[in-house]
Amino acid sequence: MEAPRTGAFFVAMKLKVNGIAQEHTGRGTLAEVVAETGARPEHVAVLLNGAVVPRGQWGTEPLREGDTVDILAFMGGG
Amino acid sequence: MSETDPLRLGGHEFASRLILGTGKFSSVEVMARAVEASGTQLVTVALRRFNRERPEDDLCGPLAKLKVTLVPNTSGARTAAEAVKAARIARELCGSPFVKVEIHPNPHHLLPDPIETYEACKILAKDGFVVLPYMPADPVLAKRLEDVGCAAVMPLGSAIGTGHGLATLEMLRLMVEDSGVPVIVDAGLRSPSEAAAAMELGCDAVLVNSAIAAAGYPAAMAGAFAAAVGAGRAAWLAGLMARGDAASATSPLTSFLDCA
Repeated sequence: MEAPRTGAFFVAMKLKVNGIAQEHTGRGTLAEVVAETGARPEHVAVLLNGAVVPRGQWGTEPLREGDTVDILAFMGGG
Repeated sequence: MSETDPLRLGGHEFASRLILGTGKFSSVEVMARAVEASGTQLVTVALRRFNRERPEDDLCGPLAKLKVTLVPNTSGARTAAEAVKAARIARELCGSPFVKVEIHPNPHHLLPDPIETYEACKILAKDGFVVLPYMPADPVLAKRLEDVGCAAVMPLGSAIGTGHGLATLEMLRLMVEDSGVPVIVDAGLRSPSEAAAAMELGCDAVLVNSAIAAAGYPAAMAGAFAAAVGAGRAAWLAGLMARGDAASATSPLTSFLDCA
């Protein structure tokens, strides 16, 4: 099995999460960015630079400086 | 009646013919009580950015407890491409095959864009979605949407949230006569009698949101709509009598008062 490309190192990077610029420090995974928002992982979908990332890849999908992350949930709607 | 008369949508069957929208409720609790009182099995939801300041707006948990099937809508989309993207994100989120295609570029009237709606439905039906398009009450467009694989058509009764009822009644009648898929009146209803009238006309279901969410007592209004939808459907199945131009007595007219 191929080793994950990120996750082993502590990184700091600037991200735009749900339209707001923020600094991320950690292992640089989507799973961490989702956890920081307090959202329940099974209740949200995540876009990385506009493309859906399946939930199973949040732990391994590498983030890069300047990436845009959108975390979407279901709200009331008709 | 509902045991033997299910609403069929793309191979799925539902006993309830009332679909609820989850917008505009004063709280998640009020919404949940209305969903329960309505007996609905299908509720619409909208995809939005998760707001960490208002985690209680996330409806996944509360709706999972209610054991209803989610119908994500594509509200916010102004083009077919945006609607297709929203539908695919929603499916990734919850796994539901259902999607309410909703493309209304003009916030003044929120009327659906027929061309973008058609293009989005074509793509999403091919992609395996159970496609439910919010659409103008147009019998020609309805057939075109049926032809590209929509599981139902959802014409508006009147503009979203206006409560002007069945302003499109004559078009709805034509759609019901022609349609090979369920016709679901979506938008504009205000009162349960309008829902009953739609069902008596032969519509297969109604989708209600504002009329329940903005009622004085939403759960009570949800119950009233459920009863009206049931009554209207029963009346349709029973077969309404033909209208006549001349009076037709229900009591025998043979005279007896002039006896003796």
